Formats: sequence, C-alpha cells, structure tokens
Amino acid sequence: MTTTAIEAEGLVKTFGDNRAVDGVDLEVATGTVYGVLGPNGAGKTTTIRMLATLLRPDAGRASVFGHDVSREPFVVRQLIGVTGQYASVDETLSATENLLLFCRLNGLKGSAATRRTRDLLEEFSLTDAAARPLKNFSGGMRRRLDLAASLIAQPPLLFLDEPTTGLDPRTRAQMWETIRRLVATGSTVLLTTQYLDEADQLADRIAVIDRGRVVAEGTGDELKSSVGQQSLQLALVRPDDAPAAQAAVLDVLGVAATVSPEARRLTVPVADPARVTDLLVRLRGGGVDLDGLSMDKPTLDEVFLTLTGHDATDQSTTDRAAGSPEPEEISA
Amino acid sequence: MTTLTTASAPVAPGGRIVPGAERTLRNRVTAGQAVSDSLAMARRGLIKIRRTPEQLIDVTVQPIIFTLMFTYIFGGAISGSITAYLPVIIPGILVQTVITASAVTGTQLREDMDKGVFDRFKSLPIARIAPLAGALVADLVRYLIATTLTIVMGLVMGWRPGGGVGGVLLAGLLVIVCAWSLSWIFAFFGVIGRSASSVQGISFLVLFPLTFLSNAFVPVDTMPGWLQGFVNVNPVSHLVTAVRDLASTGSVTGQVGIALLSCAVVVAIFAPLAVRSYMKKA
Ligand SMILES: Nc1ncnc2c1ncn2[C@@H]1O[C@H](COP(=O)(O)OP(=O)(O)O)[C@@H](O)[C@H]1O
Ligand SMILES: [Mg+2]
Repeated sequence: MTTTAIEAEGLVKTFGDNRAVDGVDLEVATGTVYGVLGPNGAGKTTTIRMLATLLRPDAGRASVFGHDVSREPFVVRQLIGVTGQYASVDETLSATENLLLFCRLNGLKGSAATRRTRDLLEEFSLTDAAARPLKNFSGGMRRRLDLAASLIAQPPLLFLDEPTTGLDPRTRAQMWETIRRLVATGSTVLLTTQYLDEADQLADRIAVIDRGRVVAEGTGDELKSSVGQQSLQLALVRPDDAPAAQAAVLDVLGVAATVSPEARRLTVPVADPARVTDLLVRLRGGGVDLDGLSMDKPTLDEVFLTLTGHDATDQSTTDRAAGSPEPEEISA
Repeated sequence: MTTLTTASAPVAPGGRIVPGAERTLRNRVTAGQAVSDSLAMARRGLIKIRRTPEQLIDVTVQPIIFTLMFTYIFGGAISGSITAYLPVIIPGILVQTVITASAVTGTQLREDMDKGVFDRFKSLPIARIAPLAGALVADLVRYLIATTLTIVMGLVMGWRPGGGVGGVLLAGLLVIVCAWSLSWIFAFFGVIGRSASSVQGISFLVLFPLTFLSNAFVPVDTMPGWLQGFVNVNPVSHLVTAVRDLASTGSVTGQVGIALLSCAVVVAIFAPLAVRSYMKKA
C-alpha cells in the first residue's frame, strides 16, 4: 500500500498584508524526495512551518500520512522530523547534551538515550566535538547535529529547510549523500532549496514556488525541458534588435526566446547545440550585433524567468504586498 | 577541527524506518509523560544555569548587598539597633529577593523562546506545558541560592532566629514555594511579551508595588492610613509575616495558610493562562 506522505490544498498564510503563502497545493508520495525550489522570501519556510504544525494556516488544509495538521497536531508530530533553516539546537548545550535532551523528549530513557546519542554522534562525525559547547561549531557541524536531532525518533517524514545553504561544496556533497541514504531507508523527505542543481540532484519531484504560489511542478527533467537542457545567452548591442533576434530564434530553432526586462539579453532554450551556429549566421546576416554570448546550464534564474517572467531576485522585501490581490476563494 | 567522513546511514542498526501508516500513534500526552518531559526540560535549565553563571548575579550578589545595605541604613532608624532590626529585615529581604528572582524567570523565558531550539520543542510530540514547567522548575535552584545566601548573611550579621533550624527551614521552603507560584505570573508575561526588555519592564512594574508596599522593610503602623489599607491586603505582607513567625517562633500561624492559599490562586489562574498563550503562539 502506498500512502501519500503529504497532501496540502490551498494553504494560505498572511503576515499583515503580506501573503507569504498564497494558496499552495502539494502532494508528496511516500518514500520520495520532494524539492521545494524558490528564491529567498518565496514562502518556503512558512510552508514548511505550516506542514510541521509550527504555524497555523490561515486557510486551506494539509495532512501528513492522512492526519490533519490542524486537527491532529500531536499525531503529526510523532511522524515528522524538522530541521529548520536556522539551527534548532540549544547553543548553550554541548552536542551530547542536546541529543540526550531530545532523546529524553522522544521517550528514550537511560541507557537507550545514551546509546542512541552515541550512535548518532558517530554517524554524523561529531564524536570528537561532542563535549564542546556549540558556540565553536562550524555551520556544517551545526547542520549535522540538527539533522541528527531530527532523526532520533526515526520519523518517516523529514522536513529539511535549506539544508545546504551556506555550506562549502564538500560539506554540501556530504549532506546530499546523507539525504540519499535516508531515503534509501524508507524515509520521505521534503526539502527546500534555492539551487536548481540541488533540487535536480536530490528530488524526485520539484515544486517551483514564487511569491507564495506554486508556479510549476514536475520532475527535474520536466522542469528543465521546459527551460531547455542548456540555454544560450545572447547580449545585444542595441536593445532595438530584440524583436528581430526573437524572430530569428523562432525561425531557426523553433523555440521562443525570453527577453530580459531591460531587453538587452535573450535567453534561448537549446535542445541541439549544433544548431546554434545556424542561428549566429542568421543573426549576422540580419545585422543583429552581439555584445556577448554564452551557453549555460539552466539556473534558477532562467527557470524563473521562463516560468514567471521575472528574475529570481530576493523576495523577502515586502514591497510586493502593495499589489496584493483581493482575498481569493481557496480551492478545496 | 575534526576531519569529516561521510556519514553512514542515519538509522538505528537493523533496519528500515517504520512507515507512517504502520506506527502506533497516540492522540494525546499522558500525565506521566508530561512529568517526564518537564523533568527533561528542567534538566536542560540546570545545565544552562551551570553554563551561564553570570545569570546568577541577582540571586548571589543582590541578597548580600541588600542585607548589608538595608540593615545598616535603616536598622537604627526603624528598630533602634541593628540587632533588633535583623528579625524584621531578614525575612523581608528574603521575600523581596526571592520574588524578584522569580520575576527574572519571565524575562529569561522570553529570551529562550526566541531561540531556534524552541521550534524543535514545538515540533516534538511532547507535553506543551513541559518547556514552561521545566524552566520554572529549574529556577527553583535560583530561589534556593537566594534563600540560602540571605539566611547565611543574616546569621553572619548576628540574626538569631528563635524558631531554630526547623523554623528557618520551613520559612525558606515557604518563600521558595511562593516564589515558584508567582513565577507563573511572570512566565505568562514572558510568553505574551514582544521582547525580553518589555517583559522585564512589565514584570518590575508589578513587582515593585507588591514588594515595597508591604511590611517587608518597615512596620506598617509608620505608614499613612490609606497605604496601610493596601499593605494589609497585599499577599506579600502575609508572606512576610508568615516567614517572620516561622523564623522567630517556629509556629505555623494562619498567615502561612493565607500565603499558601494566595499562591494556589495565582497558580490556578496564571498557569493555564501561560500554557494557553504558549500553545497559541506555537
Ligand atoms: N513571522 C513572520 N512575520 C512577518 N513576516 C514574515 C514572517 N515569516 C516570514 N515572513 C515573510 O513572509 C515571506 C516568506 O518568507 P519565508 O517563508 O521565510 O520565505 P523563504 O523561506 O522562501 O525564504 C517573506 O516576505 C517574509 O518576509
Ligand atoms: Mg526560508
């Protein structure tokens, strides 16, 4: 029997007149990794906090393994582990003391708590630093301790809020490895990230979230193919050439180019890199002068530009509240 | 720094994670779990006290300084001599210091609740009262320190309570129980307050009239009549009288009953209020 790990419908959370989460629907299958991808301020943390019973939704509903987060929060808490964006461990305690505390709060007593603590410290390479206060911990060590604390009860569903933000590449790769192992043991993971690459590497399905709304959902391949496996960036000398360049792209490659707001940059999804030469020849023939060009793997920016028509800039500034729409009907 | 090795599978030896649908789940906490969760939280509070001894200044330096200051400044004027004033002032300072210490509970709780670790507490299937109760239980240590130091200071300065060891111990115990009860008021402020400094402001606004408009430092009959009215109904006055009676005669008077009854009322009102607001914020 496969049950759905998370089901959310029309989740809304408003802070003042800022609709931080504005009608999010999610469906996460058991045993999968689900990636929530979006720039800073898109509403990722707020969504996780509602799913993890830390924040009450203003509208909509969500359930974890069939248990409603608002009506049965106590049951939901027995099924989840939460690793927040900012370490949710006690700074004044040592790593051992932290884990012992959370073991006790998870109902492990005496030697069972000691054993579990020791095992987790070892598994996360924290044994050497176990007795030291957390003040001297690096970002990576803190994250690992945080994740270890989330795993004490071996929860079937794990929330990881930006688990690798701020980590160096090596530590990030280790975190990825850990997440993969977790899933191999049967855990379901919902993680948020600002990196398309990370979502692509780890997640079975990805929801792209923008200004509190899910703007695209699918597998990494589906998302990337909507943007192109690779993309060609064209910088124009004269912004006026943009329409001519777009027409050439459509004619030669058969795809629509996205024009950046200042109309000097074209982003073109490219399925077959060999055809780019044809395009360049055509552009020169048409008198469109190029200032520069590059072939890029799709970035979050391109996904965003393609999906939403605007950049993946930091959205945590609240000026977007100005144009906030009238309260909408929540689709049930 | 430690050398990092790739973490191995973070599950207990022997297996796969039990799927959500196959788990036995409880719908609510049992009373036993509420107690053990609170004790686990209290243990955390004790570790924090040990790690940050600078937070103990109000229960270490303050009782010593207040006892010295009040006794030498007011002793002659109020009771004619230092020795005669000691039986009046030591219970007064004892009550004042320990209750002030209980007000700090709210401020520290506010600071604590703003930390990331409270997110984890809220996401765990634990009794919702535990983070509050645990903090309040750990603070008993602070009251014990303040009580011991004040009594020892008094003894050093020549206080010879007629109630003997038993009377003094009972007096100390009564003060600690009452401070713990009052700390629920301040815990409530701590939970609803916006910032630690605003909580401190409100707490002291409540605290000062309660402790100073009492018989803690001066005999009531030296005060104007309208003030005596308040001082005589102030529960702190009853507590101070009860402590004086216990310490100097060893007798459990009706004042002890009034003090304990007031405490019960305070807990009955403010503990549910604090826990409810805490859960609402969660
Ligand atoms: N507690 C809060 N009070 C007020 N505004 C908030 C609060 N938490 C988040 N916000 C706002 O909600 C929006 C979404 O924030 P968040 O969910 O943290 O985004 P993300 O995690 O994707 O960066 C932001 O505009 C942020 O400023
Ligand atoms: Mg966030």
